[in-house]
Amino acid sequence: MDKTVYIANGAGFSGDRFDAAVPLVAQLASCSGPRYLMFEVLAERTIAIAQIAKEKDPGSGYSPYLENYLRPILADVQKHQIKIISNMGAANPAAAARHIHKLTKEMGLAPFKIAILKGDDVTPYLDRQAIMEAETMEGTSLAGRTLSAANAYLGGDAVAEVLKTGADIVLVGRTTDSALVLGPLIHEFGWTENELDKLATGTICGHLLECGAQVTGAYFADPDFKDVPDLAEVGFPLAEVQSDGHFVITKAEGTGGCVTKATVTEQLLYEMHDPSCYLVPDVSADVSAMKLSEDGPDRIAVSGIKGHKRPDKLKVTVCIDGGYMAEAEMTYAGLNAFKRARLAGEVVLKRMRAKGYNGDIRMDILGAYSVLDGGKAERIEGKNLPFDSDYRVRLALVSGDRQTAQLLCDELGHLYCSGPAGGGGYRASVTEQMASASILLDRELIAPHIQAEVISHD
Amino acid sequence: MTNSETMRLPLHAIAHGRAGDKGNVSNISLIAYLPEAYDFIAAEVSEKKVEALFAHLGAGAVKRYELPNLQAFNFVIQDALDGGVNASRSLDRHGKTLSFILLSKMILDIPKNLVPENSPYLKPDFNWQ
Repeated sequence: MDKTVYIANGAGFSGDRFDAAVPLVAQLASCSGPRYLMFEVLAERTIAIAQIAKEKDPGSGYSPYLENYLRPILADVQKHQIKIISNMGAANPAAAARHIHKLTKEMGLAPFKIAILKGDDVTPYLDRQAIMEAETMEGTSLAGRTLSAANAYLGGDAVAEVLKTGADIVLVGRTTDSALVLGPLIHEFGWTENELDKLATGTICGHLLECGAQVTGAYFADPDFKDVPDLAEVGFPLAEVQSDGHFVITKAEGTGGCVTKATVTEQLLYEMHDPSCYLVPDVSADVSAMKLSEDGPDRIAVSGIKGHKRPDKLKVTVCIDGGYMAEAEMTYAGLNAFKRARLAGEVVLKRMRAKGYNGDIRMDILGAYSVLDGGKAERIEGKNLPFDSDYRVRLALVSGDRQTAQLLCDELGHLYCSGPAGGGGYRASVTEQMASASILLDRELIAPHIQAEVISHD
Repeated sequence: MTNSETMRLPLHAIAHGRAGDKGNVSNISLIAYLPEAYDFIAAEVSEKKVEALFAHLGAGAVKRYELPNLQAFNFVIQDALDGGVNASRSLDRHGKTLSFILLSKMILDIPKNLVPENSPYLKPDFNWQ
């Protein structure tokens, strides 16, 4: 029987708007057919931070924003039987599930059936030494570094397995972001691993949804050139998917933003390399002949996506210690401010060298040259810089050693009394870094460990 | 080309785009506002020219992918991100702002009919430089 599956995305990154899902739930409530609400909140390094938290406290290690996202919608989701799929589980989906059970009880709701996906964390079953000796896709060596997390990107097939438990809420750790959409589609339509075009279409549907409002007019506005209505209340996306894979991208009614061919194309190519081979565990998706057509206001229909054989290996992201980043800034303003800012930076560079630091230090002068100039002062030659303006010198380095990072900050701070005239607004920080690299592992090493588990309420 | 009148303008006048990062590799989409501009961009915005535009960042080879159905291109630029988001010392560690190198710094003689008719670039008093 033909049916439409509705999938909405209420968050595109950890820290996305907490109230974005409210209009989506209202919209889903008015649709008939299977309905899913996803939250994608797990960046590459977020899982390592969560893993470290879990090692210190076995009850933590999942999204700190779990309640922020779920509290506003949990009652309505239950009332309208909308399923939730999220990677809020991070390094500890079971603890996240228990948190939701507690929250549900506190809100006076009936218990949800919550299931989690296990197996993405490869550290319990693979030899750590072997992981650290593996060849990385980036060509960097992991030898001698401290491993904090190693997680395989699981696919839509694994997410579909969890849905088989009949869960209302599915919590995962590391999967491809698009698997949060492909999983429900495999589950609802019974797509098999040989239906490559359908798997590819579901994957691209997920790719378009996974960054939240980036497909509905956010991260798009360029005033006077690309205007977006009511960005402050931008609507998050909703996909309507047919069993043959055809789908429409739209957004909740009464919200801001827009869905046009242009917004969809920008998001399609976001973080994509070769458009004929977008690799996920389930398939290699090919959008080189993809077509977009208008299907009413704020509705774009997507077709023409092809699928090719899935990759033999799975990608595993390995997170390691990454040293410390120092950033220090000071503002100079008014007449001749550029030269005063530049002198401040040069003084610090000279003193860092005198103290024996020979590594790279990046110097930007915000207002004159910064992100687009690669921190290269010579790029400003020929620029007609205002003599009377605000300039902010910024120095940055990454070091394995916290003292060196702190030294840079202190040296700029010293310029309050020992630097050029009129410096103010000093800010500086030293932040611990997490580095990551990718390795490819045979599926057979990982597949036996992938399993669903229902986490019961007490 | 039916209209031979050209204007010296940045790519921003006829296209938009978005930058994404994977490791030390940046990808920048370039999407024509008008379908008629696709062939002009295909002819003018070569891998070599884009490579030159990003060379000061230490970037390496550039690969251009063409998506005529979507009036779009995808440029994949190696080594553009100072080591990538975990290593970069840039204020913008993901290189999210880098789409505006391509849009702002590539200046071309652009046929006037490829600029959207409501574009500020067509207004006589608009000063973009």
